[in-house]
Amino acid sequence: MRSLRSRLAPYWLALPGGMWLAIFFVVPMFFMLSLSLQTGDTLNGYQQTFHWSTYSDVLSGYHVQFVRSIIYAVIVTSLALLISYPMAYWIAFRAGRHKSTFLFLILLPFFVSFVIRTLSWQFILADNGIVMGPLKDLHLLPQDFHVLATSFAVICGLTYNFLPFMVLPLYVSLERIDHRLVEAAHDLYAGRFAAFRRVVLPLSLPGVFAGVLITFVPVASDYVNATILGGTHTTMIGNIVQTLYLTNNDYPAASALSFTLMGALLLGIFAYARALGTEDVMQTAAAR
Amino acid sequence: MKRGRLLGAYTGLVIAYLCLPIFVMILFGFNDTKGRYNFTWQGFTLSWYRHLFDIGGLTDALVNSLTIAVFATILSVVLGTTLGLAIGRYRFRGKAGLDLMLFAQIATPEIVLGASLLSLFISLGVPRGYVTILVAHVMFCIPFVAITVQARVVGLDRSLEEAALDLGATPLVTFRKVTLPLIMPAVLAGGLLSFALSIDDFVTTSFNAGQTSTFPLWVYGASRIGVPPQVNVMGTLIFVVGVGFAVVTAFSNRQTRGGREVGAR
Repeated sequence: MRSLRSRLAPYWLALPGGMWLAIFFVVPMFFMLSLSLQTGDTLNGYQQTFHWSTYSDVLSGYHVQFVRSIIYAVIVTSLALLISYPMAYWIAFRAGRHKSTFLFLILLPFFVSFVIRTLSWQFILADNGIVMGPLKDLHLLPQDFHVLATSFAVICGLTYNFLPFMVLPLYVSLERIDHRLVEAAHDLYAGRFAAFRRVVLPLSLPGVFAGVLITFVPVASDYVNATILGGTHTTMIGNIVQTLYLTNNDYPAASALSFTLMGALLLGIFAYARALGTEDVMQTAAAR
Repeated sequence: MKRGRLLGAYTGLVIAYLCLPIFVMILFGFNDTKGRYNFTWQGFTLSWYRHLFDIGGLTDALVNSLTIAVFATILSVVLGTTLGLAIGRYRFRGKAGLDLMLFAQIATPEIVLGASLLSLFISLGVPRGYVTILVAHVMFCIPFVAITVQARVVGLDRSLEEAALDLGATPLVTFRKVTLPLIMPAVLAGGLLSFALSIDDFVTTSFNAGQTSTFPLWVYGASRIGVPPQVNVMGTLIFVVGVGFAVVTAFSNRQTRGGREVGAR
């Protein structure tokens, strides 16, 4: 009796949570796939017609935004990596007993709503706001100069919002490095730079891998920054998905587009993981 | 040494950059602005703190956000903890599938989570509102709780529970008196994370909200016509409470764990 009960225990434990995820995460994927292959409109209803050309239609219609999202995501991820690495390095190696204080400071933005943080940048970068206003009054900038509604503003906002995502995994991998290895490199006559390049950098690569992954995916699919800080020429793929679903009610096109987005990102993640080692992917999941 | 100091200064600068928008938010909650254009500094006032709940829609949205966050936290802590226990402790048929599902859920971009859930609701004719927001929030919080609890369970000593069972405790009593206290830090951490994720969620919520508004949705909607200073005040209060809570938790953790850690070093 007891053995049967203990054999069934994991199923009973996993059932409620597992079912919730199956019904509201896995099943919806199939509904989205099915919806993307229907035709019709909200008034007359939709029929399952396996109309595959919706996919080619959305790709040809919105490839500009697709490419733009990928370019933004590449730029933002690189910027975040460049900004974060020296900082994560310093905290891991030099901050001593204040490590957790610095990490806490980096996480402070997360205590403010994502939308408000982005709006704050709208305040800061506004045409006559706290930065540009005084500069224009002093005639250091032309009156019609603006930052908002440009790619620059969107990239700034995205980099700002997703920077902590990059810092944390970098820090975790750098912090794990045994300092004696660096000392050994110095003993073997490696200069500071050589020790960094040959010892620290390779050992921190799992962190770089994880950081790039968990920054790239949300950046490529973000639309809040592009809406609040951008203009008509900075529309990202997320904006299109959102508009098609919620404003145009063009559900087949919307679901085809978000399915394509997910497929592209999954394919990218898969290729990236194959190139750099699959074990790190699971570490990424754990780190997040 | 010099290089260390240079990098230290650089770290300070980046942290200042990260905190700049927070500072702006707090500051402009005290701005004596006329009308809704809260862009330039007009002078100091506490009036927005006094008139915090004057905007009906905003107050309703905040109440929705808070109640949804509480319910979502409770539900996802219960469902996520049991799931985490199952995958952390047992080997069973289907475990690999569960692991994969959790990983896939975390790796899926939020917009796809929101869009696919909306597809389900549209296809089944479910009206969107408070309940669908709650369902969505529980869905994206469960994996975070489950993975946190799993990590804790894996490192646990099973002999404590076996001892309780040998001494005649029923499985339920053993869970309540032995297992639960041991995994409590992970359960609490998962709960805090869920609350934070839920109260701040914008993307998934916007897809499944229908006519219901939450705090982030209301702010986003208002951003086109100018955000009233009350939003800054509410953001400031949430920030202060959140930071206070985190600091208290960190210190109490340090106190309970302190002795052991000092001993280990």
